[in-house]
Amino acid sequence: MPGIDVSELRKYYGSLKAVDGISFSVRSGEIFSMLGPNGAGKTTTIEILEGLRRQDSGSVAVLDLDPWKQGYELHRKIGVIPQGFSFFDKSTPREAIKYYGDLFDVKIDPDEILREVILEDAANTRFENLSGGQKQKTGLALALVNNPELLFLDEPTTGLDPQARRAVWEVIRNLKKAGRTVLLTTHYLEEAEQLADRVAIMNKGHIIATGSPLEIITTYSPSERLKVTAERALYDYVKQHTDLNAEYDDATKSLVIQLRSKSDAISAFETIAKSNLEWSDLSTERDSLEDIFIKLVGVRLDEGEPVPNEAVQAPAS
Amino acid sequence: MANLKRIFSDLAVFRRQYLRNRIGLFFALIFPVIIIVLFGAIFSGGSSTVTVYYQNHDSGSLSTAYLSALNSTGALDLIPVNPSVNFSQYLLANSLSEGILIPTNFSESLESHIPVNVTVYTNPADTSSEGVLAVVSGVTNYFNLRAVGASPIVGVINQNVKSSSYKYIDFLVPGLIGFSILTSPMFSMVNIAAEYKKTKIFRQLSLTPLTKGEWLTSKIIWYIILTVASFVLMVLVGTELFAAQVQLSLWIVPFLLVGPLFFVALGMLVGTVTKSQESAGVIGNIITFPMMFLSGTFFPVSSMPGYLQNVAHVLPLYYIIDGLNSVMVYNNPGKALTDFVIVAVIAAIVFALAVRLFKWRDS
Ligand SMILES: Nc1ncnc2c1ncn2[C@@H]1O[C@H](COP(=O)(O)OP(=O)(O)OP(=O)(O)O)[C@@H](O)[C@H]1O
Ligand SMILES: [Mg+2]
Repeated sequence: MPGIDVSELRKYYGSLKAVDGISFSVRSGEIFSMLGPNGAGKTTTIEILEGLRRQDSGSVAVLDLDPWKQGYELHRKIGVIPQGFSFFDKSTPREAIKYYGDLFDVKIDPDEILREVILEDAANTRFENLSGGQKQKTGLALALVNNPELLFLDEPTTGLDPQARRAVWEVIRNLKKAGRTVLLTTHYLEEAEQLADRVAIMNKGHIIATGSPLEIITTYSPSERLKVTAERALYDYVKQHTDLNAEYDDATKSLVIQLRSKSDAISAFETIAKSNLEWSDLSTERDSLEDIFIKLVGVRLDEGEPVPNEAVQAPAS
Repeated sequence: MANLKRIFSDLAVFRRQYLRNRIGLFFALIFPVIIIVLFGAIFSGGSSTVTVYYQNHDSGSLSTAYLSALNSTGALDLIPVNPSVNFSQYLLANSLSEGILIPTNFSESLESHIPVNVTVYTNPADTSSEGVLAVVSGVTNYFNLRAVGASPIVGVINQNVKSSSYKYIDFLVPGLIGFSILTSPMFSMVNIAAEYKKTKIFRQLSLTPLTKGEWLTSKIIWYIILTVASFVLMVLVGTELFAAQVQLSLWIVPFLLVGPLFFVALGMLVGTVTKSQESAGVIGNIITFPMMFLSGTFFPVSSMPGYLQNVAHVLPLYYIIDGLNSVMVYNNPGKALTDFVIVAVIAAIVFALAVRLFKWRDS
């Protein structure tokens, strides 16, 4: 079943390389999330896939159609929430849904769609008076009118409070249950981890990692770490008696040993026991998706601010 | 292929948007009514007599005859001022523009054929002054002839072009219909085109089966409906309140169709080619305001100075109002045909440009 296929996609605005040769594919029925800081090229990419912008080069197939040339046909099969969705300010969600039903010439029950996006309470409130979350849900409702196989959601929860965000997440999960394919962009790591089957991390027009959240973690943070609170003497002891990859952090008074294999783990435990030195708080840990994102992109995602240098080290090997 | 269902459902949404906004409705329908009531009352209200104060220092019978001759012209409403006061100071103190002063020896001089002057005070800034002067001169001539025992040889018979003469209000009705045809689509379409671009509503619509042509068509239909409503209102208020005399004929219909089409397209064009909502508004006003005042909306173009008439002739709205005047006031549809052809050609060009340049999506 066809989903989305993108190969060597490029879009420049003058000398600005908004999208610079990206390739990825979205499988039918999955939720695929593009994660990236401001200006990464997410919206540009998604708009090319929707047929709203034309690429400079590269090939794009959405549901086996060329979005730019076959847009009119494609638009009957997809649903879209653009970034910062807005609508006629004097229309209510119910009127908007009816309007879209007429435009797509489909028989729909507005109440059913309102229920699906949890918007019954505001069905008759004018768009201008809706809350941010209700506006986004109106966008989602309109995107569903033509019963699309594939949905493009560009930052569907940006600016929403946590409660409204969770409500939208629930709606998106239900979309997947109903067998629809979703391409979602987000600034929120948690959102990608919660919803996405697969993630593409995008930065400065490039995709720098793709895969399921777990795949990305195991690729970029292949090993777990053993962390022990102890004096520096224990670090010296380990260094003397083994070839383990160990580091000592004076600030937290902790010894960190990379566990590259099972034998690493066994030798680490044995060496610590044999040393007869004091130790406590033994634990293992691994990079979170956020840690990896910060390492790869150099900025923290939700803030878009540079992270202090010490945190931007290459993964220990 | 255009789809009627889509056009009408888009029309329904736009109508709601328009009616719930109220401002648009005010300018399209209420504002022209206010103007017609206001201008109608100012310019066609009451008689056309001018009130003139006079001071008679003469005690003879001829000055009385002279005054009653002035009175019988029906053009002046004469009010006496006590001869003991200083007349010019009296006029000044009471902000009066016109006055007539008859000197002490008026009757005596007339009888003995000694030249004597009647003083007419006028105010160059007041348009009625000329009329007063003309009336006084006419009556004075008649007295001169009589004094030498002669009678007039050349007479003047006044005959109007139309059996009943045209009144200002007759022109105001088509003029204000033209005002509505211009202002309601122009002001809102310029704004809508720029705003929907900014808020990305056009892009949103481009993701539905609605086409640009269908969207524009529903706007044109809406403004035709508004224009017809404004037409009915203007004719009703004009004829019922101010006894305007307008001919109703099917020849009016083409103007009520092509007018809104033209200005919807022009508004769209302005909103499309400008970069921001602000510059769209400015350019829209630069185009709209001269047309609003100089095309014969509030005053007939023929009553304007020559150079302004030349300006009027390059404004498209002039041809719409001129056509409406030809049909509604002069009852001369043949002349309206020329106007219609001019408007239709300009409208076709602007419409084609607007459809061509107006983009749902940018590349
Ligand atoms: N129409 C345009 N003309 C010129 N530059 C543009 C245009 N649209 C986007 N850009 C630039 O292209 C880059 C990518 O923009 P894009 O909107 O795709 O980023 P994004 O990942 O969606 O960012 P955000 O998270 O802020 O929405 C940015 O630097 C942006 O300024
Ligand atoms: Mg974006």
